[in-house]
Amino acid sequence: MKFTRDKLGWEPWLEPPAEDELTEAHRDALVDRARAASPYFRLLALDPRVLHARTTTDNDIFHNADGGLPRAERELAATATSRHNGCVFCASVHARFAAHYSKRPDDVRRLLDDGVDAPQNERWRAIIDASVALTATPGALGADHLAALRAAGLDDLEVSDVIHAAAFFNWANRLMLSLGEPA
Amino acid sequence: MTADVIDTLAAIRPGSRLDLLRDRRPDAREHAQRAYDALFAPDSEEEVTRAERAAVAAFVAGLHQDPAVVRHYADLLAEHAPDLAATVEREIEEARTVGPYGVYDEPALAQESLIGPAYRAGRRAALGERLAAALDHAHLLVFRPRESSRDALKTLVDAGWTTAGVVTISQLVAFLTFQVRVVAGLRLLGADR
Repeated sequence: MKFTRDKLGWEPWLEPPAEDELTEAHRDALVDRARAASPYFRLLALDPRVLHARTTTDNDIFHNADGGLPRAERELAATATSRHNGCVFCASVHARFAAHYSKRPDDVRRLLDDGVDAPQNERWRAIIDASVALTATPGALGADHLAALRAAGLDDLEVSDVIHAAAFFNWANRLMLSLGEPA
Repeated sequence: MTADVIDTLAAIRPGSRLDLLRDRRPDAREHAQRAYDALFAPDSEEEVTRAERAAVAAFVAGLHQDPAVVRHYADLLAEHAPDLAATVEREIEEARTVGPYGVYDEPALAQESLIGPAYRAGRRAALGERLAAALDHAHLLVFRPRESSRDALKTLVDAGWTTAGVVTISQLVAFLTFQVRVVAGLRLLGADR
């Protein structure tokens, strides 16, 4: 397997509760109840308070349409972060979103195939570089990254959306990688 | 109600530009705090005790080396397990490195593999095997998440963690890697005018 926009499955390494074993508290924690079909979310439901907070945070960072960064570029930050951390499953999902919303599948494919240093236009370069720098441990995001985002035309809210999208995928990548693998 | 930890750590004051900016994503703001509360003021300590949560958090914060965040979780550890503070501090000093790195299982990605240290906590008697295994897993997730494996989870289970405990430990480590990055990013944005 390599980085791809194809739809992948995911298999847990520990046994999640069966769908009919989920309590009301587990189901509330899923936020979207259709997620009871997913072994990943059934596993996370074992700590329902944290799952509920995780998913509500996720939804606001990526779906809140009150200004800020276009959805395509929030997904770009998620994809670049996942590519850099090495989460093949996360990258597949968010590369599909990034390609769909941006209508730039070739640029997204280059990010997946050739990595975070593959050539991109100035604005995508700035978003990818900031996401990658924020993903480093210890953190490496600096004034130069911010200046590049500003030069590419991003205002405060857009920069904040880049930060949150990339930061959130550091959470999401590790959670997904910890508990299972693409199948 | 506790103070918003991201605001505290990024020194965001009420009514400031950053405060107003955070209000534009109100659910993210509220639920980042709720995740913190769920992890550090849990309903139950049956799966993971507060002392274990604080020890893993202090370790993860220490690996990130952001002074305000390091201090916050060191204080939490001093509150819940003062006897572990010095041991965790020494583990942090030995465990620090630069990531992400790791070897890919996938043959198509082999040329991208970056080999780096696989840390194993040294003071296992002082920590207890259960907590030592949790620190090993935390280091794996922070620096080489792509090397996560079925075997790594089996090591946790063998050390006494239940499935629910593994989920909570994974959430705790992963959440902190989010929180420390939001803090660092917002602090940088706040300083930029």
